[in-house]
Formats: sequence, C-alpha cells, structure tokens
Amino acid sequence: MNLPSLLFSGFLILTLVSALGVVLNRNAVNAAMCLLLCLVGVAGLFVALDAYLLAFLLLLVYAGAIVALFLFIVMLLDARGDARPSLHRLPLAARVVAGLLVLAGVASFLLRGRLPSPEVAALPAAGAALKPYAYQLFTTYLLPVQILGFLLLIAMIGVIVLSRKFVPIEEGS
Amino acid sequence: MIDFYLQLPPLVQGLLKGLAVICVIFPIGGVCSMAERKVSAWIQGRPGPNRAIPPWFAWVPFLGKFLQRLGLFHVMADGGKMLFKEDPIPGHVNKFYFVLAPVLAMMPALTTVTTVPFGAYLDARGQVTPLGLANVDIGLLAVFAVASLGVYSLILAGWASNSKYPFLGGVRASAQLISYELSLTLSVLPVFLWVNAPGTAGTMSLARVVEFQSQPGFLGGMWFIFLMPVAALVFMISLFAETNRHPFDMAEGEADLVGGFHTEYGAFKWGLFFVAEYAHMLVGSAVFTLLFLGGWNPLPWVPLATVAGWLAALHPLLGHPIAIGLVSIAIFLAKVLALIFFFMWVRWTIPRFRYDQVMEMGWKKLLPLAIANLVFYMVAIAILQR
Repeated sequence: MNLPSLLFSGFLILTLVSALGVVLNRNAVNAAMCLLLCLVGVAGLFVALDAYLLAFLLLLVYAGAIVALFLFIVMLLDARGDARPSLHRLPLAARVVAGLLVLAGVASFLLRGRLPSPEVAALPAAGAALKPYAYQLFTTYLLPVQILGFLLLIAMIGVIVLSRKFVPIEEGS
Repeated sequence: MIDFYLQLPPLVQGLLKGLAVICVIFPIGGVCSMAERKVSAWIQGRPGPNRAIPPWFAWVPFLGKFLQRLGLFHVMADGGKMLFKEDPIPGHVNKFYFVLAPVLAMMPALTTVTTVPFGAYLDARGQVTPLGLANVDIGLLAVFAVASLGVYSLILAGWASNSKYPFLGGVRASAQLISYELSLTLSVLPVFLWVNAPGTAGTMSLARVVEFQSQPGFLGGMWFIFLMPVAALVFMISLFAETNRHPFDMAEGEADLVGGFHTEYGAFKWGLFFVAEYAHMLVGSAVFTLLFLGGWNPLPWVPLATVAGWLAALHPLLGHPIAIGLVSIAIFLAKVLALIFFFMWVRWTIPRFRYDQVMEMGWKKLLPLAIANLVFYMVAIAILQR
C-alpha cells in the first residue's frame, strides 16, 4: 500500500469515526469538536483527491468559522448533554419516517453510489485550482450562487428585524 | 552528507525540513518574550531584566557583564522555571480539553509555516527560486485556513476552565477573531487581483507575490505597501486583532478578566500559550512582509538578483547559491523581526480598547474600508491591465 492511499484510508476512518461521534455524543461541545475533526478529515480526503482549493476552502469557511460559531452558541446557551430529549420519547410516526429516510439513503448509496466510468474519474477536478473553480462559479453555477446570496441576505435582515428591540413611541412625548 | 540526505525517503526528508524550521520558530518565540520585556522596559524608561547569569559566564570579563545587562539569560531561566515548576490542574476543569487547548494553540502556528516561503537563491540558470517547505499554488489561502483554526484553543481553554473569567475571555476571543477574519481576507484581495494579470494562470502563491515586487521598472519594483497603503493598513490592524495582541487583547484583558482565557493555567501549559502568541505573530509578520514589504528584496526597486550580482562581483564565493540563500533569509528575518518590534512598540504605547470599541471598529470601520479599497482597486486594475 503506497502513501497516498494509506493517507486516504486514514482520513476516511477519521471522517467516519468522528461523524459517528457527532451523532452519538450527548455533550454538545464534544459533538461540535467531533464535527470539527470530521471536517478536517473531509478536507484531508479532498487533498488526497487533488482538490486542494476545496480542501482549504472547507477548512477556512466551515472548520474555521462555522463550527467556531456553533461552539460559541453552545457555550452561550450553556447547553448540557442531559437536556437533550431521548430518542424513546419521539412519536412512532417520526421514528418510522426517520428510519425509512435512512434506509432510502443507504439503499440509493448502495445501488448508485459509484462513479459511472473511469473516464469521468480521470477528469481534472474543478476544485483543484483557482481558475477553473472561479470560472465555474461565474458561468455554470452563477444562478445558484446569486440565489444563495439573496437567501443569506434575507436571513440576515430577518435576524436584524427579529433581534431589534422596538421601542413604542409614547404619545405626547 | 548531501548524498546521504538525498537518498532518504521523501517523507523523512520532509520531516527533517519541517523539524529544522520548527527548531528556528520555537526559540525565536521564546526570545521574543524576552525581547518584549526588554522593549517594554526601554519604552517605560527602566532597566528591565538584568540579573540572571550562570557563574561561568560571569567570569568572562566584558562579554559576560554585557550579556547579563541584556537579560539574555532570563530566557533560559524562565524556560527552565516553566518546565520544572509544579503544573497543577484545578479540580473543576474539564481535563481533556484543558490539556488539549495549549497544544491546539501551537499547532496552527507551526503548521502554517510550511506554506510560507522565507528566502530565495539563484539557481544555475540565474533564476530566483524561492526557499520554503512547500510552494503550493494556494499559499495564502492555506495560511488563512489553518490559522483560522487557532480560535479553538482560546474557546476551548475558556470553556474547559469552567470558571467565569476564562469563559468570558473565550467568548470574547471567538467573536473577535471571526469578526476580524473578514477584513483580513478582504484586504489582501487587491494584491492578488494585481498579481494575477489577465492571461496568467490564477495563483495565490506567496512566492509569486514577491516575484511580482522584484520586477524592473518603477511600478514593477514598487513594494505593495506603497502601491496599496490602505490594504496594508487594514491587514496590519486585522493582524493585531487576529493574533490577540494589544490593543486588541480582549481575550486576556487583565484589568477586567484577571488573565482571560488562561486564568486557570500555570507552568508550561501557560508558557505554550505565550510562545504560540509569538509564533502567530511571526507567521503573521512573515505574511505581511511577503505581501507588502517585498519579501527577501533588500530595498524597494533593488531586487535580490541585483544584490546577488554585486556580491558575486565582490568575491566569487559570495555568489554561491548558499551564500545568496543565507543573505536572502537574513534580509527576510530582519524585516520580520522589525515588524515584531513594531508589534511590541504598539503594545507599550497605545491603551487597550474597550470591547464595544473593538467590535465597532471591526464591523463599522475596517470592513467598509476594506470593501471600498477592494472596489477601488478592482476598477483601477481593470483600467490599468486592460
């Protein structure tokens, strides 16, 4: 086994184990740290697949900022693990739906989750270098990027409106 | 010797190179803590540390006294003290994260060094080739990505300490670091817009930025600090905030938070936080030097290749690639250390901001300034390079 494939397997195991840790941990801070490890593992997988840009963007945006915000919120709310509702109290319908969804996901992965042909796999990854990535963003994916931008803007304005204290104008003053 | 090195497997070679660089960074971090005490003493008009000396050095007639006055032995005394004193872990902390946090503080600082080039030499064809552990195409992005992981050490240290003041320090740190990351990233975009001229392959490599600052001609040899002063200013201020330096050291403001996130730490774990701060400053100053101060070029409009020519004319041995490499590293380190002196100078001159001032400055002043700067250079570069 050569070094790249050894690294790939290592990051694969890291990603899977820490992803399990996110779901199974009762303590919210532990779960967030597992999420961080999981993202680092995925970034490692991207590096092993020659998609360096994607790997570092993932680290910069998700590992560097978003998980830090998660931790920030967890700490501010001081969420304890034991406050989480246990699974047994969920209604039966919810449990059945969740189980079916997981089954459907696993089934679709098993049935169709492989690359169609070696030619596709041999294509250079769009996330490998800056230029093709930026080109894709401004051509193929221009509309999704714009729509997502607007969604984020709407969310931001919504937060400002919701969190702002409106002082009623008193009559006569 | 060189043959033995070259026949080692690449993994071992990489490890050796990495260790060599860490062996330089770590002691510089320690010495910087000493320099900080000496600089603060100098600025405040007092002698500063000037006592520690091992007996056999005291016997050296002139040099021993000089080194004692310089306070050089306090580095070793402090390091030894921190290593050997008792390292208590308070009973109320989360032990795992409490121990993990100082380690996490060191990791990003030492990892980012891999993508920072620190010198150059002239190869057989007379081409300037950068020296560094890895000259990757996404250089600066890699530095930012890994450096952004540094926030976890502060958050975890604050949370794991399980007491009021460290917790407040951790919360402050996380909000501050995330806020200033925006203006930090936006402020360097004009540099890369200028470097990535149309028709060239897109790159974020730091070595390429230095190459761009060592071209012939008035505009080509100009350092980017003259070309883009506002970008350099925003980058510098954000760097102060990102490295948690005074006047932005909200996370450890000792007047209101005792010691901030490291209140509960002692001995070598506290020392690791301290060295990590200086290692972050080193990497930050190195990136600033590469982006805005011409990297290993000695003076604006005087690139390294010219100096190499002068040296070779002086003596053939001085034109050897190793000599040029050493000269370039010396120039680069001199700039970085000058910047670190600047960091200290600011620390002992300007009073600390209040937290609301920090937030207002980050979001209401620096961020709009960085965006306006970006738009201005976007238009200017589009006109110039068309």
